[in-house]
Amino acid sequence: MDNFINRIFSKEPSSADKAKDRLRLVLINDRTDLSAAAMENLKDDLLEVLSRYIHIDPKSMRIDITQEGRQQRLIADIPISGPVSRKY
Amino acid sequence: MSAKVITITSGKGGVGKTTATANIGAALATMGQRVACIDADIGLRNLDVVLGLENRIVYDLVDAVEGRCRLSQAMIKDKHIPDLYLIPSAQTRDKTAVSPSDMIRICDELRPDLDWVIVDSPAGIERGFKNAIAPADEVIVITNPEVSAVRDADRIIGIVEAEEKGTPKLLINRLSPEMVKQNNMLSADDVVDLLAIHLLGIVPEDKAVLISTNQGTPIALDNKSLAGQAYQNIARRLMGEEIPLLDLDKGSGFFNRISSVFGSGD
Repeated sequence: MDNFINRIFSKEPSSADKAKDRLRLVLINDRTDLSAAAMENLKDDLLEVLSRYIHIDPKSMRIDITQEGRQQRLIADIPISGPVSRKY
Repeated sequence: MSAKVITITSGKGGVGKTTATANIGAALATMGQRVACIDADIGLRNLDVVLGLENRIVYDLVDAVEGRCRLSQAMIKDKHIPDLYLIPSAQTRDKTAVSPSDMIRICDELRPDLDWVIVDSPAGIERGFKNAIAPADEVIVITNPEVSAVRDADRIIGIVEAEEKGTPKLLINRLSPEMVKQNNMLSADDVVDLLAIHLLGIVPEDKAVLISTNQGTPIALDNKSLAGQAYQNIARRLMGEEIPLLDLDKGSGFFNRISSVFGSGD
């Protein structure tokens, strides 16, 4: 909540906020052994497989790793724009 | 009664493992507990000077492990507190002089006659660290509210869990309430949020710690200092008492909001 108020009233996040945001990402990378580049590859591969079945707008697709306690969770939010037109 | 073995570790060096070991040991002993502190940092002996016992060493941990003395001969009695003992590390040997099973054997030999054995781990994640956590019933991970220390603490927590030692408890050392207030230091809430383990205590940044170390007297014996009170409270929490966190930010009770709900991360 304190951080939230800070973000509203100042343009530049405080150094503590920066530290926390950076650490959040670093810890996710350390715990999952997934780099930002590997995440991009994962996203591309996922998109390729899913696109065989459903039509997806790559720009609307969102994939994140979230933290719940010490458990990491891969969250994919993928709006479906329609079925893939079948070729007979 | 059988002693509980607690290992204090951190990953990163210089965050206050040795100071915490000395002070948690001293605080428990002032409460009438029988305590031995073991310096498991072979080759970099330090717990002796923090406790002010450097002139009394005859035998050390490696002498006891290798059978050159009885274990009781390597136990140095503290000069301030009855029933506080130090088992010093060897200064001229390295970490390979002791194995994890040696540490388990030594601690098992100590258990019947004591209430607590506090093991001071070396920094790092190698042999010395493995030695230190081998005998542990419980592990305390100590960190500073600072990016590299928190990152290393997270790594250590993962390794301790993988070694099936349970989820460690967290001790945040050298927190500066003023810097937290200015939003220039991670708060205790931030660190607990990131590491997601149970918070055992917060020790504030306190000049009195260095002064007491200079004198070879644990700060835990000084009830007037905030750091001394923090260590007394940590000892009481280890004894099972429910003690609220110190109000470091006088007036607002900011730190009192943190409660044991974070212990569910296992």
